[in-house]
Amino acid sequence: MSVELFVFVVAAAACLAGAVGVVASRNPVHAALSLVGTLFGIAVLFVAESANFLAAVQVIVYAGAIVVLFLFVIMLLGVDRADDLEVEPLVGQRVAAVFVALGILGLTFAAIASTGYEATGAVVGFDADVPDVNRLGQSLFTDFLFAFEITSILLVIAVVGAVLLARRGRREDEIIDPGQEERAEEIAERMLLAEYRAHPEEFYEYEADEADAEGDGADDASEEVRT
Amino acid sequence: MLDAVWLIPALPLAGFLILLAFGRRLGEPGAGWLATVMCAGSFVATLVVFGGLLGEPSEDRHFVQILFQWIPVGDLRVDVGFLADPLSITMALFVTGVGALIHLYAIGYMHGDPGFPRFFVYMNLFIFSMLMLVLGNNLVLTFLGWEGVGACSYFLISFWFGDEANASAGKKAFITNRVGDWGFMLAIFLAFAAAGTVDYLALNEGAGGVAAITMTAIGALLFVGAVGKSAQIPLYIWLPDAMAGPTPVSALIHAATMVTAGVYLMTRVNPILAAGYEWVPDVIAWVGAITALIAATIAIAQNDIKKVLAYSTISQLGYMFLAVGIGAYVAAIFHMITHAFFKALLFLGAGSVIHGVGGDQDMRHMGGLRKYLPITYATFIVGWLSIAGVPPFSGFWSKDEILTAAWASGGTQGKLLWAIGLVTALITAYYMSRQVYLVFFGERREDDAEPAPEPEAESVTVAAAAADAGGHGHGHSGEPHESPWIMTLPLVVLAVLATIGGGLNLPFGDDLHVLEHWLEPVVGENELPIDLSGATQAALIVVAVVVALCGIAAATAVYLRRRVKAREPEVLAHAYYYDEGVTRFVGGPGTRIFEGVAWFDAHVIDGAVNGVAHVISGFGRRLRHVQSGFVRTYALGVATGVVVVLGYFLTRIRF
Amino acid sequence: MIAALDVTPGWYLVLGSLLFSIGAFGLLVRRNPLVMFMCVELMLNAVTLTFVTFSRMLEDTGGQSVVVFVLVVAAAEVVVGLAIIVALLHKRPDATADDVALLEG
Repeated sequence: MSVELFVFVVAAAACLAGAVGVVASRNPVHAALSLVGTLFGIAVLFVAESANFLAAVQVIVYAGAIVVLFLFVIMLLGVDRADDLEVEPLVGQRVAAVFVALGILGLTFAAIASTGYEATGAVVGFDADVPDVNRLGQSLFTDFLFAFEITSILLVIAVVGAVLLARRGRREDEIIDPGQEERAEEIAERMLLAEYRAHPEEFYEYEADEADAEGDGADDASEEVRT
Repeated sequence: MLDAVWLIPALPLAGFLILLAFGRRLGEPGAGWLATVMCAGSFVATLVVFGGLLGEPSEDRHFVQILFQWIPVGDLRVDVGFLADPLSITMALFVTGVGALIHLYAIGYMHGDPGFPRFFVYMNLFIFSMLMLVLGNNLVLTFLGWEGVGACSYFLISFWFGDEANASAGKKAFITNRVGDWGFMLAIFLAFAAAGTVDYLALNEGAGGVAAITMTAIGALLFVGAVGKSAQIPLYIWLPDAMAGPTPVSALIHAATMVTAGVYLMTRVNPILAAGYEWVPDVIAWVGAITALIAATIAIAQNDIKKVLAYSTISQLGYMFLAVGIGAYVAAIFHMITHAFFKALLFLGAGSVIHGVGGDQDMRHMGGLRKYLPITYATFIVGWLSIAGVPPFSGFWSKDEILTAAWASGGTQGKLLWAIGLVTALITAYYMSRQVYLVFFGERREDDAEPAPEPEAESVTVAAAAADAGGHGHGHSGEPHESPWIMTLPLVVLAVLATIGGGLNLPFGDDLHVLEHWLEPVVGENELPIDLSGATQAALIVVAVVVALCGIAAATAVYLRRRVKAREPEVLAHAYYYDEGVTRFVGGPGTRIFEGVAWFDAHVIDGAVNGVAHVISGFGRRLRHVQSGFVRTYALGVATGVVVVLGYFLTRIRF
Repeated sequence: MIAALDVTPGWYLVLGSLLFSIGAFGLLVRRNPLVMFMCVELMLNAVTLTFVTFSRMLEDTGGQSVVVFVLVVAAAEVVVGLAIIVALLHKRPDATADDVALLEG
């Protein structure tokens, strides 16, 4: 058995297992981890196809950043509870989805098979001696320079958008901690009491009028403080 | 001189507008005098135009004056224009002349009525409409006048609308007319569709060019309209009920002018009738003849003084249509003119009698009134002899001309029509004599009368029959009395006209055929020629006179000498129960038919329209569910689309 | 035996289409927004695999460049998408894709 065959089979198995895992996992965390498996498998296949740089980028960016981002969000929101996979509210969705998936699979397979598993386009040809990174760099910065610049703008926009979207503005229907109001009240009361003890003369301006009025004289001072 | 033709309808229109605005302020009798002066002024204008026409040679006697363009739509051009030719001016002459006399009479008759100014508003409007009808130079303008006189007839019949019977009579008249108007309207549409014009001169010129079947249809449809307006079978039921209106109204509208509009229309379009199939004029003649006979038989048994005259009018109109049908247009117009004179005279005389006895219209409660109402009596006699067909009064000459023409129209049909006309003349003489004897001769039968209603002059809602002249508040003691000069003067004038009117078209020699020569430019081509020997004509005259005298003699025997028992069968008194039949039909199966039609309209026609809306809204309601808001369904749709596109591309590959 | 089998590039293509269809199926079936997102990543990976394969078959570096761009765009997309999901799920921690239907008027 050739190395290539072995590598392919193992990597393909990892990919497929991961794919099935993503689709079939109840728990989103499990799904994310399955996705990592697929991504690694893809990276191995990239290496098998002599796209070493891309394999590295795949692992770093996809598996290292994007999936981590997914996991961050899952943990932040606390949505790692298991979904209910039995229920399907939309009638016929699953059946149709099976058919569609089979259709896509079958048609693409037929398309590939129709050419005898060969590419029908013209072979461009590249210098196999040059490392693939160099080739890639050359292609990116000459042939696809414009697109390259645009993607940088795209990234900026994405970052700005993400910041805006994730910002929590103050909204009326936001859940307010009910204990907060009571605590604020209590603090205000303590402050008032402390000021009274410190500067009592400022609180007795109306006492001369109050003494003639009926009612409990003993409660006058304390009532004022309370209000 | 001819340019003054616009004045003829303009003066009554001005009178109408002024009275509409200031009538209440003018009050009695100012409003009445204004209306009368306007009508008389219109008569003077007609005389001026008449003089102008006389100045032209016979072939050139038609003058068209177009005021303005009324309906310019696509190919249709309808103007407000007047056609002054012998026929229209003749009609205008007696409409305005007799109309002015009746206006004068009405000032006296309507004295004390709280609706005095309103009455003359309607009267002037009526004269205006009638003049538009006869002077209009196209079918649409005539139709305008046609509808106008119909509306005024409705207003005036239900003048004392406080009593529901009067209001119903007005509605009945209008609705029955409407049935005829349907035919008229269809004829207008057909005329425009076939000939591209509704103008009389153009239509009559081009009558030969259009297909005969179209001309037949137009003629028949116009006749349907005429049947409604001129109260022939089967649409005559409104005329007897129309007697609920004040007597001047009955005289003017339902004797002299409006009901003759049908005859005028037929005469006006005589080239169209001639260009169509034969059966249309035949039908016209037979309808006229049958109507004349049937109406005359009904009149024998009527007890209301005005109803007798109403059925008499229907009968005489039948004569006119008989003449039109056989082509004797001159005879028809001649009889129209003399009928205007003597029938207006008879109606006004009847009004004078009713006024004199304080409001009662039942002839059974009258009698021996010739002592109390001498002028009325004398003029009534003239009218009676005229309608009975006794020479030398005008009615004889015109009726005889119709009978002669019937005989001359040839064949079995001609003889049959002549026979029917003769029998009708006999019956006419009989029932008119009966009326005269019951009213003016014999003993006073006032004791048979029911107690007269309270003479409250203010209340308008006093019973219809008695409300006629109950409001004059003389305070007299119930003794019949002659009417004031303002009412007897028109009677005298009309009596004179009824006497000498025969001179218009005497049958002795061509020179005396004044009316015939006068009307030649209008009807000359299609006029029936009388190819009878002098002897035949003389014999016919003698027969007619004898028949008239027989009728009078018979009535004398029954009602004056009381030698023969009076036979007034119930079936005649109830007019063959035709009215009841119509009511029962319209109320019963008729209503079901109408409801069926209404159901069809509501469910099928509206259903189709609403159905389209329902289908669309239902479709939308179901389609709405596609947009469910479930993004996964949308995603499924997208994915399905992907599969479809993939499949499409696959079919394009070569394997 | 099995050693005789040669791994032709066609196999990679087949694997790619397989991954893609599994990802499509998952996207249509799952309701949890995060898992749906992961299925999208799955599909994108299948696409990158296919691109690299074709790059090797046609000896065209352009294929690998496209993969770079796909990676960048996928990263940006994840960032923004997750920000939205965070904003949504803060209010309703148990929101699913179906609840988007509540947004309609």
